[in-house]
Amino acid sequence: MGKWTRRGVLSAGVLGGTGLVIGIAVRPGNPTETAGHLVAGEGENLLHIYLKIDSENRVTAILPHSEMGQGAQTALTQMLAEEMDADWDLMRFEEAPASAEYANMALGRGYLFKGVDFPDVVVPTVDGLMLNIADAIGMQVTGGSMSIRTTGQYFLRAAGASVREMLVKTASKAWGVPESEIRAAESMLYHDRSGRSAPYSEFAAAAAEMTPSSTPKLKKTSQFTVMGQSKPRHDVPSKVDGTAMFAMDVKRPGMVYAAVKRTPVAGGTLRRVDDSAARAMKGVIDVVKVGPSSAAGLVGSYSAGDTIAVVADSYWRAEKALAALKLEWNTEGKERVSSESIFEQFDRDITAGIDRANDVAMGDATATFDSAATVLTADYRVPYLAHTCMEPPNATAEVSADRAEIWVGCQNPLGFRQHLAASLGLDVEQVTLHNYFMGGGFGRKSNADYALQAAMIARQVGRPVQMVYSRAEDIKQDFYRPAVQSRFKAGLDADGKLVAWQNTYVDKHEPVEAPLIPYAVAAQDIGHVASPTHVPFGAWRSVDHSQHGFFTESFVDEAAHAAGRDPYEFRAEMLKDKPRLLAVLNRVAKEADWGRPMEEGRGRGISLQESFGSIVGQVVEVTVSGGKTWVDRVVAVIDAGYAVSPDGIKAQIESGIIYGLSAAMYGEITIEDGAVAQSSFADYDAIRMHDSPVIETHIINSGAEMGGAGEPGTPGVAPALANAIFDATGKRVRTLPVIKADLRNDAEASPAVAALGA
Amino acid sequence: MTTFTLNGEIRTVDTDPETPALWVIREQLDLTGTKFGCGMAQCGACTIHVNGRAQRACITPIASLEGASVTTIEGLKGADGSLHALQQAWIDHQVPQCGYCQSGQLMSAAALLADNPNPSEADIDTAMRGNVCRCGMYGRIRSAIKQVAGASFYDAMEGSQNG
Repeated sequence: MGKWTRRGVLSAGVLGGTGLVIGIAVRPGNPTETAGHLVAGEGENLLHIYLKIDSENRVTAILPHSEMGQGAQTALTQMLAEEMDADWDLMRFEEAPASAEYANMALGRGYLFKGVDFPDVVVPTVDGLMLNIADAIGMQVTGGSMSIRTTGQYFLRAAGASVREMLVKTASKAWGVPESEIRAAESMLYHDRSGRSAPYSEFAAAAAEMTPSSTPKLKKTSQFTVMGQSKPRHDVPSKVDGTAMFAMDVKRPGMVYAAVKRTPVAGGTLRRVDDSAARAMKGVIDVVKVGPSSAAGLVGSYSAGDTIAVVADSYWRAEKALAALKLEWNTEGKERVSSESIFEQFDRDITAGIDRANDVAMGDATATFDSAATVLTADYRVPYLAHTCMEPPNATAEVSADRAEIWVGCQNPLGFRQHLAASLGLDVEQVTLHNYFMGGGFGRKSNADYALQAAMIARQVGRPVQMVYSRAEDIKQDFYRPAVQSRFKAGLDADGKLVAWQNTYVDKHEPVEAPLIPYAVAAQDIGHVASPTHVPFGAWRSVDHSQHGFFTESFVDEAAHAAGRDPYEFRAEMLKDKPRLLAVLNRVAKEADWGRPMEEGRGRGISLQESFGSIVGQVVEVTVSGGKTWVDRVVAVIDAGYAVSPDGIKAQIESGIIYGLSAAMYGEITIEDGAVAQSSFADYDAIRMHDSPVIETHIINSGAEMGGAGEPGTPGVAPALANAIFDATGKRVRTLPVIKADLRNDAEASPAVAALGA
Repeated sequence: MTTFTLNGEIRTVDTDPETPALWVIREQLDLTGTKFGCGMAQCGACTIHVNGRAQRACITPIASLEGASVTTIEGLKGADGSLHALQQAWIDHQVPQCGYCQSGQLMSAAALLADNPNPSEADIDTAMRGNVCRCGMYGRIRSAIKQVAGASFYDAMEGSQNG
């Protein structure tokens, strides 16, 4: 990649296996002085930037990650509690405020040059990347499946251990006994010889005066009693009785409601508005225009065109009046762009290969193809995808000349706050952001566009405004997983061994390693060409892995069949020097009872994908009948190094699989006349109860560096599905979604039978 | 003016008669557990009970509730504040992730079991297919419903069949 993007920094760390330092800034001294007023209340002592203890001996973890369903907050709290020897029943957590004190990914230039002592665990990773990370100061991101393996592993564990040390030191002084004779357990300190004991809270105030050690002694895996347990999530009870607060549940005094519509053709401007009918409607307060906005996102950057908003005394009235507006939009020369024209462009650009850049160039692919016994080629395509979080983008804002306050659910509170300040012409200190549970994020809520729209509308009407996207607006104004085409060529030698692999695709983003294959293939030529479109791009659960997982794990399956080999064994033979990958592959084949004969019309497919530091193997079983595909069962195995919360990981794998399966089966955003054609769950559907498979997840604790869990389940399901369909039908699905493929057998496709079916 | 019973209390509201009950319940009656997901009865996030039947509040005109008995997620608990058996099962199976769809899922499931205490797999499919969960927790929802129905269920946490 030519430039260092933020995601690129993360990816490089994953690629290099260096366990890149991404976490909370390690600051000189005790940062609790500056953060105390933000998070500590009456009777609470902030002992470390990540934790406070109250007079009832309750410990609250203060976490710089937001909750969008992934459950990381509970697992992070486990990591803190483990090292602190805290009583789990006395643990609480809260999300850190959107304040620079809680910026993560902020091990930056300023701190580097102050000669900070880094904790031992991160020292090996403090290298040249630091200067690039400096660019990322000010982010407070939840994404990239990073929370547990970075913030948790490098910082919360150290925080817990150092506070435990501080409490022991304080007690040692107070009791006049050596530190070595003091025992900590379940949020209590004991001196067994004298029979003395006291709760942590008794020493919290004195300990808070100390500076936490940056190199505390951490426990070994064998000593864990809280980590590795499936602790119930703290947020679950509030999510079964309607009390969980999402941003849309906020109500401010005098608040009014805004319904919005942004330019249908991305980047377009508003040519003409006739709002006379809308303004005359009951309850309508104002009709306002919001100009284009742009900002750096979690992945890349974005710009958004004009928005028109109707503000009314109820959301329903605002929506009705919005529909009554007569709008004319400029299409900026994009009115003839369609999905067809975009894929024609991709095909043309891949064929031309202009400025093709290599991800991998290894061996002599051209010569190997010339001498290969068998050469196979294929083109794969995936469409644009929207995120469709259950909670449509929304934000509530109050903006005055020198102050802005915003209530929102987002994946990057600090980044949003900075974008808001910049867009409103305010200092960051003048902007207060309250972050709420997200009703799904999946990458969508890392782009600040919706928060900026709400703030701009509120500024114009001078009252608190709650802006809510309709479902149509959510689908039409997304930052999409890109449509991608990928062209493959594989060479097999006379023994059916895969000896050459060539791949050219469009649209390189991140993680940079997504298109690579783990298999021992001597000659590899993997590269990409640029083929830009005007369709906005954004991070979508597992980002580039979502397309490349499908491409590479489908095409390697094609190679196996071309070689006349079993697809599982074919892969296993090419993984002899990759024991972790091989172990996952072997385990998933065993758990799925690979090789068990299947009934007519049924099939199974396998896939293996390493992403975000974790390895996931999947076997999908399908039944194909009358051209329709039913996914019966998915067996998954994940090696994330160590499972802090085994059930939390299982839940994430289940979720990632269904998210990927929804896209593989049904997901397709098309472009017509330059604009997104879909507008609802009727034309952009998801897996539902009746077509959801049984999912069985197995965990391998290999002890390797910790990996993520939120995203790694997603990439492998589409290829395992397509491979299963091939097994069942002999038809290879190279273009998603599956629902568009004709999978009828010859009899089913015959005119007479088709007529009966109709 | 529309008068109806909401979670056991008589409420009267004065608004445009075609206003969807969803917005009246959320904005005027301040019960925010019922969620907006699509506004077109395609996702089920706004599911409430009207005279005991599951109904999408986003397409239910408020005037149609005249004299009706309406229950929202806030009214699913027992009169003594104890959790509905399904709510406890949702906790046991750690069903919610983002949680946004779960009010609707629970209301659909509660209406199903009230009507049919021993639902078949197909009955569950039919009753629940109108409720989208983008976090994909269908397997756990199914297990939780079956647990309450006293049927054998797949335990995702343990990775085995139960009961």
